[in-house]
Amino acid sequence: MTINRRTFLGTAAAVSASLATPMIARAQSIPRVVVVGGGAGGATAAKYIARDSDGAIDVTLIEPTRSYYTCFFSNLYIGGFYEFDDLGHTYGTLASSYGVNVVHDWATAVDRDAKTVRLAGGGSLPYDRLVLSPGIDFIEDSVPGWSVAAQNKMPHAYKGGTQTQILKAQIEAMPEGGTFAMVAPPNPYRCPPGPYERISMVAHMLKDMNPTAKILVADPKANFSKQGLFEDGWQRHYPGMITRIGPDFGGGNVEVDPDAMTVTIDGVVENVDVCNVIPAQQAGLIAHAADITDGNWAPVSAYDLSSKVDPEIHVLGDAAAQGAMPKSGFSANSQAKVCANAVIAALTDGRAFPPRFANTCWSLIDTEDGVKVGATYEASDEGIVSTSSFISEVGETPETRAQTYRESLGWYDAIVEDMFG
Amino acid sequence: MIGEGAIHRIGPHLNGIVGRGIGVVDGYEFSEIFEEAAARGEVWTEMALDGFIANPRGYLPGTSMVFRGIRTAEDRADLIAFLIQEGGPADAPAEAGEDTGPSPEVAAILEIDGDVAYGQYLSSECTSCHIGEGGDDIPSIRDLTPAVFIGGMVAYRSGERQHQVMNTLAGRLGDEEIAALAAYFLSENN
Repeated sequence: MTINRRTFLGTAAAVSASLATPMIARAQSIPRVVVVGGGAGGATAAKYIARDSDGAIDVTLIEPTRSYYTCFFSNLYIGGFYEFDDLGHTYGTLASSYGVNVVHDWATAVDRDAKTVRLAGGGSLPYDRLVLSPGIDFIEDSVPGWSVAAQNKMPHAYKGGTQTQILKAQIEAMPEGGTFAMVAPPNPYRCPPGPYERISMVAHMLKDMNPTAKILVADPKANFSKQGLFEDGWQRHYPGMITRIGPDFGGGNVEVDPDAMTVTIDGVVENVDVCNVIPAQQAGLIAHAADITDGNWAPVSAYDLSSKVDPEIHVLGDAAAQGAMPKSGFSANSQAKVCANAVIAALTDGRAFPPRFANTCWSLIDTEDGVKVGATYEASDEGIVSTSSFISEVGETPETRAQTYRESLGWYDAIVEDMFG
Repeated sequence: MIGEGAIHRIGPHLNGIVGRGIGVVDGYEFSEIFEEAAARGEVWTEMALDGFIANPRGYLPGTSMVFRGIRTAEDRADLIAFLIQEGGPADAPAEAGEDTGPSPEVAAILEIDGDVAYGQYLSSECTSCHIGEGGDDIPSIRDLTPAVFIGGMVAYRSGERQHQVMNTLAGRLGDEEIAALAAYFLSENN
């Protein structure tokens, strides 16, 4: 597992006659970083560590899928604003331009004493530093009646990919005047405005093709991200279509029956045609397997995203308990850059720069009606803390909203290039 | 700037812009694409202005003007009417003031010997949203001259130029950091 493209090319150019021996010697002398998870955190970290260390670090990225479909912007696909294929990206450039060794496999276990990662396909990879960026997994039984086995009947559509397609197809197949239900997740969860942007996109879709359909949201949270902006937008664009039941009316007391297609909210049984269950969430399972979690998430230092349990493991993005940053692709990408700089400084003579973070989350409410919320952050002993923030306002001009929407399109193109390009 | 006493700032003054030659006003250093247009004797007719304002980077690729353009024809017509009203016709000599160059704040940052490696690290905050080339919705910032880049960042930092994301990000950049970013982008362009 020590052979990758960069070491192969470098060695082959120098001594093509006797490949094997010098290659092993060379590979062992280079510090090894293994990155688990090729999303906004992991792909960015792998690229930046490989690129900015100029070949002084051997980087392996473990990611099960060959085509990665972003979870961010998947709501825009549901709304009909984005093509599914445009959400898919591959790892070819990370390998060819930066020499990242991309392994398409599942990481199943971490031996922290031996400093190895075991792969589902057999074998294990040694590391000097391990970066875990596994995203989320769902907490079993957090929505009574629902399990991952029922995800095709009641999709979560909260990890990108085919689940999103299933949900969209189900909405398209809804009977006239039917009911779309969402079981919203409790805090903390991936993409705080995500469920409410999804409600907006489902409403946008139904307004055109099934205008008498209803949307029912059962929500365990009293408040949610960009609430004023969404509720204002729903009233303007989709009057009478959306009913949200908060915890004061039993929105947190929910049970589902995927076979009967019912949702029971505070004892009242509702027949529904589509049910989008977004369960409670926890760090991706490999973080638990590595035994670096405390409760549902992996606590990390705000300065370099290193685990508070094992400083040779870094945790990025949704899986990390880092403080004030929301769990978002933008946050993971931002954390990955701080982590990459810290890893390079720790393993080579590269310079360490002060950590700094930023996040912006755009949401689309209806055609050209975009809103955003964002902040800058810095590290402290208590975790990542916000230094300054902004949010769109109710009553902005249509031009401002359209500009915000177009800005989100620009962001998508740029972050995808930042991760994969 | 436009009107009495207008001077060159990040862009050239706009007095007498309608009917004047493209890229010919004295005392302003234009991007190469403007120099080429000037060499061909091209003129800012109302139609040319309309095309440029609609899509600056499409009309004159290589312009360092960071501006997306105005999509509505009516809004562009209003803007051109304003340029004529405030800036006067091209055949009347423009009442342009002297080019005072960059503001003292920008000049001070231009004097700093920027730390390229630090700039590269800081630039990773830019590349989350700014694509390397092109960018219809968020423009690329790679081909800006240091004076234009620093001028822009200073304007965002002070709030003179308004944008929620950029005001927040630039608000925490010190002079050293802006200089480092400018030095890094310059090193990438050369």
